Amino acid sequence: MRAVIRGLTRFVIVLGLIGAAVAWFLSAPERLPAAALAGLTGDATRGATVFAAAGCASCHTAPESAATEAPVLSGGKRFVSEFGTFIAPNITNDQSQGVGGWTDAQIVEAVMRGVSPRGAHYYPALPYDAYAKAEPQDMLDMVVYLRSLPTSDIASQPHEVGFPFSIRRAVGLWKLLFNSDDWVVAGDLTPEQTRGRYLVEALGHCGECHTPRNALGGLVRANWLGGAPSPSGEGRIPNITPGGLTWSEAEIAQYLFSGLTPDFDSAGGVMAAVVRNTAQLPETDRAAIAAYLKVVPTRE
Amino acid sequence: MTRLRSFVLITAASAVVASLAVAQGGPDPIAGAIKARQAHMQLYQHNIAVLGGMAQGNTEYNADAAVAAAGNLVALSSLNQMTYWPAGSEAGVAEGTRALPALWTSMDDVIAKAMAFNAAALAMQAAAGTDLAALQGAMGALGGACGSCHESYRQPN
Repeated sequence: MRAVIRGLTRFVIVLGLIGAAVAWFLSAPERLPAAALAGLTGDATRGATVFAAAGCASCHTAPESAATEAPVLSGGKRFVSEFGTFIAPNITNDQSQGVGGWTDAQIVEAVMRGVSPRGAHYYPALPYDAYAKAEPQDMLDMVVYLRSLPTSDIASQPHEVGFPFSIRRAVGLWKLLFNSDDWVVAGDLTPEQTRGRYLVEALGHCGECHTPRNALGGLVRANWLGGAPSPSGEGRIPNITPGGLTWSEAEIAQYLFSGLTPDFDSAGGVMAAVVRNTAQLPETDRAAIAAYLKVVPTRE
Repeated sequence: MTRLRSFVLITAASAVVASLAVAQGGPDPIAGAIKARQAHMQLYQHNIAVLGGMAQGNTEYNADAAVAAAGNLVALSSLNQMTYWPAGSEAGVAEGTRALPALWTSMDDVIAKAMAFNAAALAMQAAAGTDLAALQGAMGALGGACGSCHESYRQPN
């Protein structure tokens, strides 16, 4: 009897060790290959457009700071979720508290793979699943522009995330389950719709708010842009598929420029910050976003 | 000190006085103030709709009509709003309003945003009579000024 228990115990321990090894292997960070940026030079002027489309300022600007021409990305904004509260870090070009000491490749890897220079996973509060689909050239342009913005030496605050979500390594498994390199809206798109898809799915990361999530916080791609409960708890983030958004393309483009709805109410709440970004894009980009929204699968 | 800035500062100082004055009784002063300021917003909407309709090509561009609508926005945003914001008329205290309590505690910022809206209306008045492209361009600052105040001081839906 004791021999059986000993044998069983050894079996369970070995199984556990194998399981842990497999989990460790599966959760390993996926790095950005060096070849991705080979031979590329970044351009700050193009980078300013990418920066606006990617919405970095909306999350990384200090809370309660006035909207200015050159945002100070010192962090501090809190994002409450069911997994804990995430606090945006300082991403200015500061040597000690920001990314001043990082290489361009390390910053690009951080936003496209969600991996830190030391190989740790970032929490998906950073929408790297979207940015993974961006062109490395665009990301490099954005980095060059980022480095030209004002610096800040305010230290980043640690996230307020409890066990078991505090195990960063586990995010690797989450990424395996929920991240995808494929476009959501596939098939034959016009050049304008294709540009709109890039702006929405790769840079604008609109899906992060407008798409519902499952119990583990992964996006439910089958319901892409179909609307979701508001993270703040009150109200709802609207369905912007053709099933929920019946505005014309011209009305959508106007909204993304001036924040004015078709009946001339104005975007308040979180969308006001988004419109400040989209207002900076070329008119053709706003039209492209509108064109894309018309071909997203309809959800009720 | 500009005329606009001086009247806006008087508004801030008078909000307290006005609320004391109207607390004496008679028709409900809180409901009256809420109704008045919402009507004021609807007048903005009515005039912005004239400009927006042209901007989006739903109506024919007409320089005179556009300048008139923009002129209305300038006039409206220059009105003395002293009695629109009595204490006790904020969301959570009074019925039928989305004006957040922060509006009363951040007067400097509210004034700055009101002045930005007035500036955008003046810019639109200049652009509206030039041509359609100028009008379309000036829509951005106008809508942006609406949004920047609503973002902080109006309860989201």
